[in-house]
Amino acid sequence: MSVLILGATSPIARALGEAYAHQGQAVFIAARDAEEAKRIASDLEVRHQVRVGSGVFDAVKFDEHDLFLDHVESVVGPIDTLVVAFGDMGLPPDEADFASTHRVIDVNYTGAVSVCEASADRMIARGSGVVIGISSVAGDRGRASNYIYGSAKGAFTLYLQGLRNRCFKVGVHVMTVKLGFVDTRLTFGMDTAIPIASPEAAAAAILSAAQRGENELYYPRFWRGIMGVIKAIPENVFKRLSL
Amino acid sequence: MKTNWVPRDIEGWGRYPVVEALVARPERLSEIHAALDDREDDAVLAHGLGRSYGDVATLKGGRVILTSRLNRMLAFDETTGWLRCEAGVSIKEIIDTFVPRGFFPPVVPGTQFVTVGGALANNIHGKNHHVDGCWGDHVRRVELLLASGEVVICDKNNKPELFWATAGGIGLTGLILSMEVQLINIENRYIEMESIRVNNLDEFFEVSAESTSFTHTVSWIDCVKTGKNMGRGIFMRGRHATADVKAPVGTLDRMSSLVQGLADGRPLHSNHLLNRATITLFNEAYFRKTPAGLSSAITDYIPFFFPLDAVDHWNYVYGSRGFLQYQMVVPSREAVREILKIISESGMASFLAVIKEFGDLDHGGLSFPTKGITLALDFPNFGIPLLEMLERLDAITVSVGGRVYLGKDARLSRASFRQMYGEWEKWKEVRDKWDPEHVFQSDLGRRLGLSGE
Repeated sequence: MSVLILGATSPIARALGEAYAHQGQAVFIAARDAEEAKRIASDLEVRHQVRVGSGVFDAVKFDEHDLFLDHVESVVGPIDTLVVAFGDMGLPPDEADFASTHRVIDVNYTGAVSVCEASADRMIARGSGVVIGISSVAGDRGRASNYIYGSAKGAFTLYLQGLRNRCFKVGVHVMTVKLGFVDTRLTFGMDTAIPIASPEAAAAAILSAAQRGENELYYPRFWRGIMGVIKAIPENVFKRLSL
Repeated sequence: MKTNWVPRDIEGWGRYPVVEALVARPERLSEIHAALDDREDDAVLAHGLGRSYGDVATLKGGRVILTSRLNRMLAFDETTGWLRCEAGVSIKEIIDTFVPRGFFPPVVPGTQFVTVGGALANNIHGKNHHVDGCWGDHVRRVELLLASGEVVICDKNNKPELFWATAGGIGLTGLILSMEVQLINIENRYIEMESIRVNNLDEFFEVSAESTSFTHTVSWIDCVKTGKNMGRGIFMRGRHATADVKAPVGTLDRMSSLVQGLADGRPLHSNHLLNRATITLFNEAYFRKTPAGLSSAITDYIPFFFPLDAVDHWNYVYGSRGFLQYQMVVPSREAVREILKIISESGMASFLAVIKEFGDLDHGGLSFPTKGITLALDFPNFGIPLLEMLERLDAITVSVGGRVYLGKDARLSRASFRQMYGEWEKWKEVRDKWDPEHVFQSDLGRRLGLSGE
């Protein structure tokens, strides 16, 4: 059994790698920063004595994704679980130019779709596998502060729905994850009334939800309620708010 | 990406003093470099799990870098036990990973919740000092991020003076990125231990002298009792069990490995809980719970090494004013007697006190352990009367050539420090050579004139 984690240098992705390695699965750690990916892979190897690999993955080099998957499979064997954990928040709207906007769409949507398609094709051919796509609550409703990122993640969520529908018949499972506040650099020092989850708790929840075959996981789970409320606000009211 | 500096209160385990600093928590190696670059001319200090007691890991108004997320294990050699890991890896992580594989850290303090970075920076000791020395004696290589932004690897042959100054260097020589430490082999997770009730200080010294064949020794001591029972306590000695030792079978024994985080001290947060009456009661009960004479037991390593880990945040029971720990080492028994007498007569007696005889291994520099008897005591923060008494204890310690542990300290004077640590100038010369601009500072370092001022 092997797992490929893309964007593995985020604390949540690292915690997921830890959880899979703890189960004895081989783990391939891929990220833009090769040195960092290697450190995380070494950590899993030392702690859990599992087969690991690491390497550079660039979401926007679409042409190379298939070759990259060949390389991963040559190191850790056929990929049973793909975790798409990379993302690019981009710049705030008033600082962003179109080049940065384009990149945000390319990383979060086009790149994610490219590698998911390539990997899903292999899983479909084998008749088994799990795709875990880490999307975002930002994709549930467009907001002034991050609507480029939000729209790309929203599109990714929609893509995962379709992929799930396509894969269901052949025994490949697709799970969408929407994370609320997790204790990472993005929330560090943030003064929030809403509790912040640890990366380890988020990883444990993702792993068990995937094993139960859940389709869409909000974590912490109360975020489904929060986003339910946010989605229910009429557009005429919502456009006046600054959330 | 620009470093996210967050204003935050920083404190040691004694919760005195509490200072405000700008804090960052790097998650990638590149982010610790960025944090050093983004310091905007402020001083910088690394901070691990916050288990040193006073102000050795605080930096008022400066930039504090939390190392907790830089905790990757990088390589391990099963045949030799050498582990290479980042500074934020905790002793608990090492134990949880390696005990099932037959390895144990070479030295452990009284809690598992310390990082290896902090272990080296304070050159910590444990119950086995008389045999195995300090943490730094088991480290062969250190990777250090210097004030210049350059990364260097130092060991006995390569920049040996920087390697020497970093062990016990209280974080003032650079940011420790990673190190190589040698784990020891164990045959199982158990400790063969003996507890001996000692009725006074003379009995302690007798038992201590005949316990040299045990790798681990420590004694709890009652600092309330005066007169002929002064220094009574429970002497504990033990060693890692051999493979043929059978695991304890009782339910309580099996549960003992779970004695971690059973309770939380924070709900007991009060300035009135620990007073002379409750401390006297506690000491009496602790003494009585061990039968007179000698008793032997096979125990899990957790209650033996880390009894205090049973209660999370136990430091909160001392209330909002915090507490001070005083730990000194003196070469003479008479000085121990004199110090104990002052404490027991002061009425500020300590709730938990520990006494141990160190071995000969002395790293020098700012490292604490040296041949002699060490006594560690906690005091609720009674303010001026306590500070005055501790100064009297400093004077006794200085007069016999002893020293106070900087990792526990929050109040030592610069003059006393200089008399206690004969090699401070030699150490400072090395430190200043590698950090001439005094980028690395701490509140303790400023107070003692080591960096900053």
